[in-house]
Amino acid sequence: MFQHFGDPGKMKDYHYTGPVEHKFSPYAFNGGTVLAVAGEDFAIVASDTRLSEGYSIHSRDSPKCYKLTDTTVIGCSGFHGDCLTLTKIIDARLKMYKHSNNKTMTSGAIAAMLSTILYSRRFFPYYVYNIIGGLDEEGKGAVYSFDPVGSYQRDTYKAGGSASAMLQPLLDNQIGFKNMEGVEHVPLTKDKAVQLVKDVFISAAERDVYTGDALRVCVITKEGINEETIPLRKD
Amino acid sequence: MALQDICNFQSVFEDRLTTEYPAVPHGKKIASNYVSGLPFSNNKSLFHFYIPVAEYLDESPIQFGQISTVQNCSAVSSEDPFLTSSSLPTCLPFASSQSVPLPFPMAHGTTTLAFMFQGGVMAAADTRSSCSGLVACPASQKILPIHSHLVGLTSGTSADCALWKRILARELRLYQLRHGRRLSTSGAAKLLSHMLHPFKGTELCVAATLCGWDGGEVDDGCDYHGGTETGPGSRGETTKNQMTEQKNFVDSTNAKVSLAKDERFSFSQQCSIRKKMNLSGPRLFYVCSDGTRLRGMLFSVGSGSPYAYSILDQGVHWGLTVDEAKSIAREAVYRATYRDAYSGNCVDMYHITSKGWTRRNREDLKEEYYREKERRKHEKTERRDVAFSD
Repeated sequence: MFQHFGDPGKMKDYHYTGPVEHKFSPYAFNGGTVLAVAGEDFAIVASDTRLSEGYSIHSRDSPKCYKLTDTTVIGCSGFHGDCLTLTKIIDARLKMYKHSNNKTMTSGAIAAMLSTILYSRRFFPYYVYNIIGGLDEEGKGAVYSFDPVGSYQRDTYKAGGSASAMLQPLLDNQIGFKNMEGVEHVPLTKDKAVQLVKDVFISAAERDVYTGDALRVCVITKEGINEETIPLRKD
Repeated sequence: MALQDICNFQSVFEDRLTTEYPAVPHGKKIASNYVSGLPFSNNKSLFHFYIPVAEYLDESPIQFGQISTVQNCSAVSSEDPFLTSSSLPTCLPFASSQSVPLPFPMAHGTTTLAFMFQGGVMAAADTRSSCSGLVACPASQKILPIHSHLVGLTSGTSADCALWKRILARELRLYQLRHGRRLSTSGAAKLLSHMLHPFKGTELCVAATLCGWDGGEVDDGCDYHGGTETGPGSRGETTKNQMTEQKNFVDSTNAKVSLAKDERFSFSQQCSIRKKMNLSGPRLFYVCSDGTRLRGMLFSVGSGSPYAYSILDQGVHWGLTVDEAKSIAREAVYRATYRDAYSGNCVDMYHITSKGWTRRNREDLKEEYYREKERRKHEKTERRDVAFSD
């Protein structure tokens, strides 16, 4: 300890060791969490509305659910720039499909199309974690979760974004009844699902700094899409 | 290229030529892309579509604002042919040495295995899809059926595997429609290997095992199966062993071709008979995105493969019954999931016979683990009883 006073000009191990090159990264992480749950005849897509970057919050009102058709909502979190472009591309492709085939795209078809759109950028991916929630052709709830390069599959529930690692085990337990013994598998009703989603986001906002401000819940039923906004922690 | 049709990829070599254009015809290139962007007017791809952009956005964002020793100007990099790429739908997936470092990890890590036996081909895989530490999906499907008699096991990045399987399925279907017969497993493996070749050196990671049953089309079979007899070094050993094994099998158990008859024929005719015998039957090929294409009797791929190999090498032989094969495959995946962190959850099993593939119900290995624990406990108490009784 004393030698530090003896030779003041000398560089220590923990001091600056030389110039560091920072490469420009075309990506940024804007935070946010998205969640989707599929029920028997409904689907729920929920997201928080905070847009952050590093230590700053850019906006408290930037929801991450985007309505695609009357029966499909997509939630995109990750890099906001890529989210915007991706949703624009999907909207354009939906219109093209509608004009050439004279019908709206089904949830499954949108999911397959999104997979090819994402994979077309395999070597410079869209930094977006997507989850599509909607009703399939039979009217049952469907959730499709994606990775940034286009691998997807159909699930019953999925969380994506910054707090996904915290929320997914909770959903496994509460909706999938996993990792529990001797529990009755009660099918999920719409109201219970909405309540669960709200509770789960409140928990996420407590523990994840990038999640908070407000929660936007879109409930998709055959009657249409119903949106609700609930406030969350703002700190 | 198949991939460009589905996902709007341009072939890598094509791009190197087109990017030789100087800056001005950029405008022209854009115009022509716009015209060809309409879905019906373009025979190249249905997915080719275009968003009009300002010129500067055509430059690769990797180069934007960077001072590099190669070029003097930073933003206007249109003189630089190699790195000019649009970051929009007409994106070129070239293998640049200065590739963008990804901010997220890809899904990797698995155990898949497949082996041939007298009852066909048995394929098994775990269902865990991990993403550097996080289990992205505990119930993913790694065995993807391609058509009724061909199944592919995937290992590597899940997005790559899913898309390439899709492309392969489409190409095989087109072949079937054009030629009136199914492409053999060997042909499918070659097709996949050739489709993956332009992406060698990129970060594409596909390690697929194709398991199939080839139908009994005898006619022109000799041509494309001739290669296996005098195959290159890497495949020579496995195929030769396989040939002799199959021949022994054929000789000993197949009543149709009697030994005496075989001996009377000349060697070349024996070869052709052998070829005819081998034309229909189970097939197993391993294709990798680095260019490997191997034919064999037993393959295991993935991070858990060493553990699976030890179980399989111990027990797999040609004469297994279907139940024995199922239990050995299950045991191998179970042991691999036990030891490998990146494999786990459930095991999927597919059995391919001349009638096609059949899928066994997905089985949760947690049950197996508890069963084994019970067994061990039972054995321990038994041993203790025996010790005390002495």
